[in-house]
Amino acid sequence: MMTETDAISIAGLVKSFGPARALNGLDLVVRTGEVHGFLGPNGAGKSTTIRILLGLMRPDAGTARLLGGDPWTQTAELHRRLAYVPGDVTLWPNLSGGEAIDLLGRLRGSLDRRRRDELIERFDLDPRKKGRTYSKGNRQKVALVAALASDAELLILDEPTSGLDPLMEEVFRQTIQEVRRAGDRTVLLSSHILSEVEALCDRITIIRDGRTVETGTMAELRHLTRTSIDAELAGPPDGLAGLPGVHGLRADGGRVRFSVDAAALDLALRHLTQAGVRSLVSRPPTLEELFLRHYDRATANLKGRHAEAGR
Amino acid sequence: MNAFAGTGKLIRLVLRRDRVLLPLWVAFICMIPVVFVGAFTGAYPTAEARQHYYETSVHTRAFTIAYGVLNGSSLGELVAWRSGFVTFMVALFALLTVIRHTRTEEAAGRRELVGATAVSRHADLAATLIVTCGAALVLGVASALALIGQGLPAAGSLALGLGFTVAGCVFGAIGAVTAQLTTGAGGARAIGISTLGAAILLRGVGDVAAQSGDGPAWVTWLTPLGWAEALRPYSGERWWVLALAAGAVLALIVLAVALSERRDLGAGMFQARLGPAAAGPRLRSPLALAWRLHRGPLISRLAGLALVGLVVGAMSASLGTLMDNSGAAAREALARLGGPGTLVDQFLAPMMTMLGLVSAGFAIQAALLLRNEERDGRAEPLLATPVRRLRWAGSHFAFILLGPALGLIAFGTAAGLAHGLNTGDVARELSRLLAAALVQLPVVWVFTGVAFALFGLLPRLVAGTFAVAMVSMLLGWVGQELQLDQWVINLSVFEHVPKLPGGVMTATPLIVMTVVAAALVAAGLAGFTRRDMPTT
Repeated sequence: MMTETDAISIAGLVKSFGPARALNGLDLVVRTGEVHGFLGPNGAGKSTTIRILLGLMRPDAGTARLLGGDPWTQTAELHRRLAYVPGDVTLWPNLSGGEAIDLLGRLRGSLDRRRRDELIERFDLDPRKKGRTYSKGNRQKVALVAALASDAELLILDEPTSGLDPLMEEVFRQTIQEVRRAGDRTVLLSSHILSEVEALCDRITIIRDGRTVETGTMAELRHLTRTSIDAELAGPPDGLAGLPGVHGLRADGGRVRFSVDAAALDLALRHLTQAGVRSLVSRPPTLEELFLRHYDRATANLKGRHAEAGR
Repeated sequence: MNAFAGTGKLIRLVLRRDRVLLPLWVAFICMIPVVFVGAFTGAYPTAEARQHYYETSVHTRAFTIAYGVLNGSSLGELVAWRSGFVTFMVALFALLTVIRHTRTEEAAGRRELVGATAVSRHADLAATLIVTCGAALVLGVASALALIGQGLPAAGSLALGLGFTVAGCVFGAIGAVTAQLTTGAGGARAIGISTLGAAILLRGVGDVAAQSGDGPAWVTWLTPLGWAEALRPYSGERWWVLALAAGAVLALIVLAVALSERRDLGAGMFQARLGPAAAGPRLRSPLALAWRLHRGPLISRLAGLALVGLVVGAMSASLGTLMDNSGAAAREALARLGGPGTLVDQFLAPMMTMLGLVSAGFAIQAALLLRNEERDGRAEPLLATPVRRLRWAGSHFAFILLGPALGLIAFGTAAGLAHGLNTGDVARELSRLLAAALVQLPVVWVFTGVAFALFGLLPRLVAGTFAVAMVSMLLGWVGQELQLDQWVINLSVFEHVPKLPGGVMTATPLIVMTVVAAALVAAGLAGFTRRDMPTT
């Protein structure tokens, strides 16, 4: 449902390039003021979605609203209020990094001079180098500084840390944490670095093959998946293997390991306490597990399709 | 590891990538001399008719510059002479092929990918040169066989074919050297094409001198294109010239390898300098950015055109004098030819047509810069700011439209000044030659229009505008010989430009071409505002 508080609202988006269908009924809602993780394997349609939001491409079907406007017809007005970091940054070979940052800022109409210099310092960027001489990570930094130094109310970041070293990735995380704490800006963070999304995002949307497969807060998504249990018991765990919702049970003497659906957790734990618990480690599902479950399904489908084609 | 390990595999890669272009090109070039055999035997069936053609052609400067020295009136000599411009085309193709497979690959980062596998440092250069020189050899031998098949003498046919091979190999090797000099492929291409331009100019000067029997005929020997001619096909072949060419190719390759050893991957001989840490106050609009991107190529084109204009202008008067000294028979022959204007104008008018073609090429290159901004992903962050699409395209359009106009003015002014100083009437020559240069503008704009229409509607095909321009020019050049229907020849837009100086000035075709250009640009812009960005 579209409300006044949504910065981005996409419903049933479809986009084809020739015979290839990039988006296949994608839904995405980003609430104003949140940091939203946009997750998906390579080629899932993240960049195409972003290009539609930027008014660079027109969808074949479905609706996309951005900051309460139409991204295709109100391009210039909306772009004044957003800043964008492309997934694959290329710079003008004969412009220095500093010139590129200033140019993009001036074209957008907002560049905080002090913030720009501070960010250049933090990201350890040499702004005097020419575009053609920057490494991939440094080109990425130029685009990040240009976007973060603006006072845009919406930041659209397409895999912004690809090519950054771990140190710079940490700087990026700190900067986004600051944005999040200030709470006056919305961030759409497309990524496939799960730890990054887990650390930074309020809500997450996972897409696959141009379709939304999960959306919600980390807690909500966790609820949909399994918790890992590793316990040492006083006696044998009778009946545990037969419980619905318990998966991959391995018993080794007094030690049991299994994963359990959120709905069956309570019942499984009762079984354990009946046997007598000496020690218990329970681990919530990581985003990685969540993601891999969808990803595995995708590759399994793919394998199935290949096998069919082979026949 | 041996210095050329992996070359074989890279040869297969180059062949795989050029599997369509290369055979097409070789077959196309092989056809040209054969077509001329048919044309000459059809139009001039007797020895007498050919002698007559020889006499009218041998002293036409424009022919000498375009095709080279005409040694005699035999069928073979006429065909070899008329195929003279083919060496330019082979040279250009070889040059661009080598740069495309070396510096372009390196600038795009793909050489790094390949270089990290088990291939040696010089393998890519070796593979590219082997393919290019191999193609030139196949082209030469195939041309020779085709001509022998038409009943021409074997030795002369081989000399003509190997002349093409010489041009291809030498300019391929020149491409290998220029690819080491700059960090960008554009710079390497500019240096290589300037070298080719200088070689064409030198050959023209030397040939005109040789044909007139006066002046610095030795200049021809300074240019690889002159060597192809110095093989003298069908006219007492001089095979030792091949040794000279082989020596030059070897020397150029040694130079390229030596330069390549002295530099790092991705670097050139000219190192990139540091730029400013912050943008100057003027860099704040798409137009200011477009100026930064276009200014380097624009300034070098203006300088090049002004220089060539000076040389052409300075040469004109003395060529006219040489012509006057070349005897009453020749003058009579020219008068029969019925060309408009004076002898000098007969030289200058086709020069202006060449100027039109070259300027069209520059306009297409400028339009490609816009397309490359999109394809390489630099347009996307710009269009994510409040800059509208039309404003972005329009900022480039200013340079694509006005750059060639400035180039024509530079050429016309330089030629007019130099020629006027020689004749003593600067005001007259300046206005005449400036006008002759500027009438080329509508034809240049037609190609700007074609490039823009493709950019808006079929963006992947923008580079195809080069092919449209080449075919258009060729139709005008060979249409008469092939006795094509007039409507086919009329497809060549260059045919509709008034032949100035000396010819009749008619405004209608210029107006029609300008309107066509405007319509094409409008169609392109309309398509561009509707299509997806980026289309890659």
